[in-house]
Amino acid sequence: MEVVKIENVTRIFKTGKIETQALRGVSLTIESGEFTALVGPSGSGKTTLLQMIGCLDQPTNGKVYINGKDVSRLNRNQRADMRRGTIGFIFQFFALIPTLSAYENVEMPLLLVGNHGTERRERVTQLLESVGLSDRAHHRPDQLSGGEQQRVAIARALATKPTLILADEPTANLDTTNGQQVMETMTRLNQETGVTFVFATHDPRVIKYARRVVTLRDGLIDANSKGEMADPGEH
Amino acid sequence: MIQIFKMAFRDLGRNRRRSFFSALALAMGLALLLLFAAFIHGNMNTAIDLAIRLQSGHLQVRAESYDESKTSLKWEDLVENPQQVAAQIAALAPVKAATPRLFATGVIAVGDETAGVRIYGIDPLSEANAPYRDGLVSGEYLTADDREGIYIGQPLAEKLELRVGDQINLSANTSNGDVDEQPFTIRGIYTTGTYGFDSYTVLLPLAKAQTLTQTENHASTIFVLLNEREQVDEVANALQTGSYKAITWPEMNELTIQYEEMANSYMVFFYLIILAITATVIVNTLVMAVFEQTREIGILAAIGMKGRRIMAMFMAESTLLAVGGILMGLVLGILVVSYFAKTGFFIGDFGISGMLLANTIYPELTLDAAVNLTIIAFIITLLAGIYPAALAARMEPVEALRGGK
Repeated sequence: MEVVKIENVTRIFKTGKIETQALRGVSLTIESGEFTALVGPSGSGKTTLLQMIGCLDQPTNGKVYINGKDVSRLNRNQRADMRRGTIGFIFQFFALIPTLSAYENVEMPLLLVGNHGTERRERVTQLLESVGLSDRAHHRPDQLSGGEQQRVAIARALATKPTLILADEPTANLDTTNGQQVMETMTRLNQETGVTFVFATHDPRVIKYARRVVTLRDGLIDANSKGEMADPGEH
Repeated sequence: MIQIFKMAFRDLGRNRRRSFFSALALAMGLALLLLFAAFIHGNMNTAIDLAIRLQSGHLQVRAESYDESKTSLKWEDLVENPQQVAAQIAALAPVKAATPRLFATGVIAVGDETAGVRIYGIDPLSEANAPYRDGLVSGEYLTADDREGIYIGQPLAEKLELRVGDQINLSANTSNGDVDEQPFTIRGIYTTGTYGFDSYTVLLPLAKAQTLTQTENHASTIFVLLNEREQVDEVANALQTGSYKAITWPEMNELTIQYEEMANSYMVFFYLIILAITATVIVNTLVMAVFEQTREIGILAAIGMKGRRIMAMFMAESTLLAVGGILMGLVLGILVVSYFAKTGFFIGDFGISGMLLANTIYPELTLDAAVNLTIIAFIITLLAGIYPAALAARMEPVEALRGGK
């Protein structure tokens, strides 16, 4: 089943009179359960494409379908509705709310979808357990290491059982060991839950975890190595 | 909802000092408003009270033709057999005291110095004249049969450098339009704490004042004090018969009442200015908070929080600031008002012509004023929160995420 379908998408940014073409006609299909890396040098359009898939941004031209629904022309609130419950995000900076504990950060998306009571508490506990942070549940982000914070972010991304998780350079601010741990967690959860992962990276150590690598260059897909799969045990 | 307030509370806790000072700005603004409202109310209440006690009474009974502004002494403009009329009025149940008074204008001369004065002929024995008796500073109070004594206010005595026992010449208008001059001895010096009254009013026993002005057995008015201020219309109606008219204290103190109304309407502008300043502080705090939290707003939007909810989060912050600031403001305001209510606020010899103002103001905070000002302060703070909250809610998630990087 196609989770993401992108048809000839362009995205032009205007800064004053200067137009920058971030995407120049990208078409891409991502199937359910994939573990896909978007790679390419800085400025190749990885982040823009990820934002397009994540309903954070809208294409200048072309169409984006998520779970078969055209999301290219949704308004702000409709896009927020789409993101909530369908798409989970993991960012390069450890995007947690600093005033909330690990537990409360994971709980936040569940509150937004109106998940209440025992069910919610059990879900949060189970998620923190699955990323190995049960004992850190009541710590605030500033009391957690970078790796721990990123694992909380992964737990949060999974909270509402979304069909798609998008990660933008998830290991860029982590050392090798923590980066490895984060990628292993993502791989394991992908296999255990079947949730689709798409992540942008230019770190070769991360790319090898991907089962599919989509290479972008100057806003176009340069290579699409579907089916190619690295063995996570090999690094 | 609880989560929103929890987050708002913690957000404010992130920069405790800034949040505290913003709430403090609101607290001081509100405290200032409460103090001013209490000050004006206290001042006006005292002014009315003074005017009633010293000048107008609750009610006066005068001859139909008496014109106060001319201080007429013609017999036909005066009340005849005033003691008898006063006794009849005093017999009415709501009446506390009724006493005749004769008003005249005159000039005091001591050596080369002169001063224009208003002469009050009073019955020294009447309880209605207690404020003059109790205000004795030196010498002694008048007696009914004193033929040479005069009782003068302290500021006037100081101006003319007079002491008890000193001689003065007092000229006064008489009933037939002449001016008569007689020597008097300063019997006593008084103060009522009201410069506007004390500096120009001299008191004589009624009989002596009648002799001086050739108004035998007549008085300008019957000065009436009631047990309750509110009974005035009832008593006035009962007395509105025959050739005399009854004038009530609101009629006689119209200027003071109007002044209070005017002061109150001016105060609205003052309140708004204070609250606008406070609101600016709140807006500033929240706008800073929004900019600092840009990335977090992006994250919340990314995980599907709608603009409405983001707005609610920042509105919750302004609500918490408002509640904190208002509680502090009420405590601060009530403390300051209570302090001045006890010690009084000395404004010195200060007068507005036609009004009696005490030299010390005792602020009085009414529940009405406290409730109204609290509600206004709360609403204005919430209104101030709208702009920063809308700013946060309008942020595009992509830009907000980028902005925080």
